[in-house]
Amino acid sequence: MPADTAAPGPEQAYFDALADGRFMLQHCDDCGRSIFYPRALCPHCGGSELSEREASGRGTVHATSVVRRRPEQGPPYNVALIDLEEGPRMMSRVETIAPEVVRIGMAVTAVIDRSGDDPMVVFHPAESSS
Amino acid sequence: MTGLRGAASIVGAGTYGLGEAPGLSELEITAGAVQAALDDAGLRPSDVDGVFCASMTFNMGSLTLCEYLGIAPKFSDSSMIGGSSSLAHLLTAMMAIATGQCDVALVAYGSNQRSMSGRLVSTSRPDPFESPYGPRQPITSYALAASRHMHEYGTTREQLAEVATAARAWAAMNPDAFLREPLSIKDVLNSRPISDPFTVRDCCLVTDGGGAVILTSPERAHDLERPPVPVLGGAMAHWHRAITNMPDLTVTAASDSGPRAYAMAGVSVDDIDLVQVYDAFTINTIMFLEDLGFCAKGEGGAFVEDGAIAPGGRLVVNTNGGGLSCCHPGMYGIFPLIEAVRQLRGDCGERQQSNPEIALAHGNGGLFSSQVTLILGADGTI
Ligand SMILES: [Zn+2]
Repeated sequence: MPADTAAPGPEQAYFDALADGRFMLQHCDDCGRSIFYPRALCPHCGGSELSEREASGRGTVHATSVVRRRPEQGPPYNVALIDLEEGPRMMSRVETIAPEVVRIGMAVTAVIDRSGDDPMVVFHPAESSS
Repeated sequence: MTGLRGAASIVGAGTYGLGEAPGLSELEITAGAVQAALDDAGLRPSDVDGVFCASMTFNMGSLTLCEYLGIAPKFSDSSMIGGSSSLAHLLTAMMAIATGQCDVALVAYGSNQRSMSGRLVSTSRPDPFESPYGPRQPITSYALAASRHMHEYGTTREQLAEVATAARAWAAMNPDAFLREPLSIKDVLNSRPISDPFTVRDCCLVTDGGGAVILTSPERAHDLERPPVPVLGGAMAHWHRAITNMPDLTVTAASDSGPRAYAMAGVSVDDIDLVQVYDAFTINTIMFLEDLGFCAKGEGGAFVEDGAIAPGGRLVVNTNGGGLSCCHPGMYGIFPLIEAVRQLRGDCGERQQSNPEIALAHGNGGLFSSQVTLILGADGTI
């Protein structure tokens, strides 16, 4: 490893934290904005002083679709874009409700899904969702 | 950039293997289109000294195509920005001609995507932040944008379907179109659902096919056989790659490329006689008509209602039938360009418009990502 190189990189660090049960967002110490997906430089200001903070997990559905399959391929499932409380947007799924009743504007909460090969952030309807 | 207005003219255009071309390789399809474009221009491969080619299946596309055709170019470019690549190539070719890097440029594309169905291997690394959620790409990305447009502006399922029925009505007049039988709004809504709100009829075709255009200086163009089509304006823009990072899911970078292309051409939206836009999905046409200034943001759904972009409607859009009904071999960008050229030269038979002077060709690439707008003129507009 060259002396000027820090490892793991932001992408590996994100997935390492997720494996430890923590959903982390980068925070730019220069402009104060949150960053997702994790990067080496802030895409807002170019700053490189980035720190990791645990996400609140609170979000809002920004856009939603239902991926339909032939019956033998399995049931339909949700794919959504979630606006995180901290500002960034991410692709995810809203689970525990039927995929077609996911609505834009719905309040959701992040959960780390460990059912697959790799942990991933999914969302459930928020408890206090009106 | 206004100095580039009219710096090059399209002198040949050709297509090959549109629809189903089983037994042909991608290069054979591409070469067929090149042959057709060169024949159209009255030129030979040895006249070409600039080659522009991107590919879905081999990188270094210009190297591959030049070797195949026996061309040793002075300038070439294989830049890959998705489905708008061919239109971006035209812009680069124009700059190369204007600065003396080459004299006769070939822009070519071809694919056997339909015949190779299931055997095309993606060369792109899966997005670690999207692929785990199983979006059916690219369809789901455009579906997410459509969901947002419907939410913010009240765009309806029926309005999306109008785009598909209009494209089909144009395709009925194009013998080269892959699907030509009548299509109703009800047909679109009742087709197989793919990724809400889209059914299969909101989605572009998967076909084989190739296209090519030949570009040269205006001086040389006048010595050739066909009426030259001067490139009056052109501009590109992109703001994101993945749909998650599109700044506003209802506004594409066409809202930037379009005005700059108009400014270079010295035209306004009212001067455009016909519009050929990359309709990968029904939402594309609606958002591009908004972003290119044919209606206000959010009014695209209402704009296309009641056959407004079908034959006999208020705006002439996608006269070949578009990616929805004519052809869509992986990347469609060169085909709206070729249709614009053919309309401006009067080659379009039953669907030919009456003496159009200014045409817009717009390409889209990635996931509503790269946008390239070109303004073309009929012979005599420079
Ligand atoms: Zn910053």
